[in-house]
Amino acid sequence: MDIIVENFTKKYGSQRAVDNISFQVRPGEVLGFLGPNGAGKTTTMKAITCFLAPTEGDIKVGGHSILSAPEKVKKLIGYLSEQNPLYLDMPVLDYLKFVAEMQGIKKEKIRNRIREMVIICGLEGEKHKKIGELSKGYRQRVGLAQALIHDPDVLIFDEPTVGLDPNQIAEIRTLIRSIGRSKTVVLSSHILAEVEATCDRILIINKGKIVADGTADDLRKRAQGREVLRISIEGGEQNDIFQAIRQIETIEMIDPLPMKQCSFEIQSRENLSSRRNLFTMCVEKGWFLTEMTPIETKLEDIFRELTVN
Amino acid sequence: MKLIWIITKRELKSFFDSLMAYIMIIAFLGFTGFFTWLYGADVFFVNQASLQSFFGISYWTLFFFIPALTMRLIAEENKTGTIELLLTKPVNDWQVVMGKFLGTLLLIVIALALTIPYYITVINLGKIDHGAVWSGYPGLILMSAAYISIGLFASSITNNQIIAFLLAIFIGIMFHIIFDVLANNMAGTIGGIFSYLSISSHFESISRGVIDSKDLIYFLSITFICLFSTETVLAKRNLVD
Repeated sequence: MDIIVENFTKKYGSQRAVDNISFQVRPGEVLGFLGPNGAGKTTTMKAITCFLAPTEGDIKVGGHSILSAPEKVKKLIGYLSEQNPLYLDMPVLDYLKFVAEMQGIKKEKIRNRIREMVIICGLEGEKHKKIGELSKGYRQRVGLAQALIHDPDVLIFDEPTVGLDPNQIAEIRTLIRSIGRSKTVVLSSHILAEVEATCDRILIINKGKIVADGTADDLRKRAQGREVLRISIEGGEQNDIFQAIRQIETIEMIDPLPMKQCSFEIQSRENLSSRRNLFTMCVEKGWFLTEMTPIETKLEDIFRELTVN
Repeated sequence: MKLIWIITKRELKSFFDSLMAYIMIIAFLGFTGFFTWLYGADVFFVNQASLQSFFGISYWTLFFFIPALTMRLIAEENKTGTIELLLTKPVNDWQVVMGKFLGTLLLIVIALALTIPYYITVINLGKIDHGAVWSGYPGLILMSAAYISIGLFASSITNNQIIAFLLAIFIGIMFHIIFDVLANNMAGTIGGIFSYLSISSHFESISRGVIDSKDLIYFLSITFICLFSTETVLAKRNLVD
């Protein structure tokens, strides 16, 4: 089941929350939706789930348009929204039954389906409690259970791990990974490690526009370009070492680190590596190379670069 | 149709889960019982085997109770955000509105059904005008439908329950008293219009045993207009502004 977003625009008043974006999510793909607060992630997701209608453009889920066949689209989608609103005065089992009925699951299958969801989402001990009595983590599981109960082909998760403890985060990530093998998942987050750990593809949006699209490695490669090394050298004077390094022609920039004697951050020229040269230089001068760490561009940096003006 | 029924069931159940339904039913039976049998123009004082005093007091009790029932229906969902959850399920706005409306109406019907012992008692007291009773109950239900839809509309335009309650009372009091007072003070066509708009004149004729299509159309059109407005307010999130 694929999702096709075509020239989607949403205006709130005169403000364009989402500005003419188009993308596709292929079947079986886990797409990570990244962006700073207010970038338009949630608006886009609400539009895919037919809660908000687009100002312009169209979204198709499995070939059905959200404009002309919203009820068909809604049936295909399991949605966990950002605040995870739930009926707090309903017991967990009653709530799951209500959602199952709404999703049109056959009466004789409902019991089994609820039992499965309770097991998958780890709600066994809490199933008779009212939702209002549950902790945040368990409520999140109820939210997941209601999103998955009708076995939808498309899953939309808006910040699914907000407010959970590290164990629960790991559990939910594993769950999303295993679901993602057979289903199309769109997941929004501003935790970059999470997106990297769970998603096949990353889409970064800022101010309502797509600013990057690709796998984590793609994005990294694109942003990195040059080799950056941190080195420490012992056995010589700071100044001598600095001068010696300056002689190496593959190096473009040297930056002494203020905290440590004889430590430098070195940027090489485009497409060149300075590692060998640095090593031979040390051997020639009789110095000891005590540290040489390649500095990888982190996803955080890419994110900052793309979304800070 | 099935989806409407699922929402209706949930609404009705949540009234009972939150004790709201029990409080409402007990208070309703308490008030109507007190004024029908014990105090004021009660059955023994009037010395007639009729349920007129019961219909009179129900007319007032429901006017105050219904906004208290309807105030949370949509306002609460707006506030907690559960409306998003509901509307991203395979239902349309109209089904949600209808489900909530019918859930509340069903609760009123249950409360009214519990007053059938009054009817049985009065039958044993003397000769009763069955026609007036058999049209009085539908009259109350029609009136309740109108007030529920007004309350539902009030609840849909705010996410504050108190405001929804006051607004429903405010709109309700127009139909309940103010149009009637205006009608009495004005002559001619304008007076006629206000008299037609007033709920009391329509309710009185029904509770006397006369079911006129004019009254039926009146109640049903208030109900329909308010439900339709509620749906429009819900759909407003989709409007391009």
